[in-house]
Amino acid sequence: MRTDLPEHRHEWLDDDAGPVVRPYTLTGGRVRPSADGFDLVAYVLAKPDPDLAAYPELHPEHRLLVELAGRGTPVVELAAGLDLAVGVVRVLLGDLLSRGLVAVHQPPRATYLPDNDILKAVVSGLRAL
Amino acid sequence: MDSVRYDGERRGRRVPIALKILVAGGFGAGKTTLVSALSEVRPLQTEEILTGAGIGTDDISGVETKSTTTVAMDFGRITINDDLQLYLFGTPGQDRFWFLWDELAFGALGAVVLADTRRLADCFPSIDYFEQRGIPFVVGVNCFDDSRRFSLEAVRRALDLDPDVPMVLCDARDRQSGKTVLISLVEHVARQRGEPVPTP
Repeated sequence: MRTDLPEHRHEWLDDDAGPVVRPYTLTGGRVRPSADGFDLVAYVLAKPDPDLAAYPELHPEHRLLVELAGRGTPVVELAAGLDLAVGVVRVLLGDLLSRGLVAVHQPPRATYLPDNDILKAVVSGLRAL
Repeated sequence: MDSVRYDGERRGRRVPIALKILVAGGFGAGKTTLVSALSEVRPLQTEEILTGAGIGTDDISGVETKSTTTVAMDFGRITINDDLQLYLFGTPGQDRFWFLWDELAFGALGAVVLADTRRLADCFPSIDYFEQRGIPFVVGVNCFDDSRRFSLEAVRRALDLDPDVPMVLCDARDRQSGKTVLISLVEHVARQRGEPVPTP
């Protein structure tokens, strides 16, 4: 499996040229993931020792996602790591979730924080920076 | 969807809690600068795609005729401890990206609205947005070198802010200054929850 991140830059095009590949080509035109709830800061955690060989239909990007999620990574960092739009990454994550290859841990909504100690920890953590 | 877990298999792999904080304000008010100053990593950028009508089908036909626009979002990270991380998101500036704000704001801890006293009106839409949705926010008055100094009271009157909304003078380029703004936001959130954070 590749350990480096894909390099999407082209020598003869700059950023002004826009995306060279239409963004949802990778998802086969699907723009909605199979499951809702991939918050930007939801943690994606790959199943330990996933048997990716059993899923020949998955793209290299799916495989990279599983690799990056091995250590537990929020959705937005996965998107930045793969240099893919968040919407595309959500569709790919939906594919992985439906195959049981990743688990998703939603963040608590701030209005329902489990306890106020979290805010105390944030303030003292910030003061200590 | 509730969180899906592999409780049997996680074996001690703890998943941290990530809290979202939005950084809003007019174009050029210093949003990206503040995120950069505070983030422990070089700020990352990701894109969200705006698609036209016809969303929700799994059919590839028609995709080629949809107009797509990508909106860049800057974000940064602050690790508080092994279990707790803050994610700072610079909000995309233009009004037509409100729907993205809704996604960013969902479940967010609160927001920092950066005000530039040379163009104070530019932050009105951000303030309206957070007020209408009941999202706690503080106003950081970014002190640009060439801006006239106004008293915080004068700015507060001009913004027609609620008296309990904290206002802080700040320098978005300076990490310590940015920290002060974030701390005042979290303290404000704690006060609103009726459990103020003790001052050291």
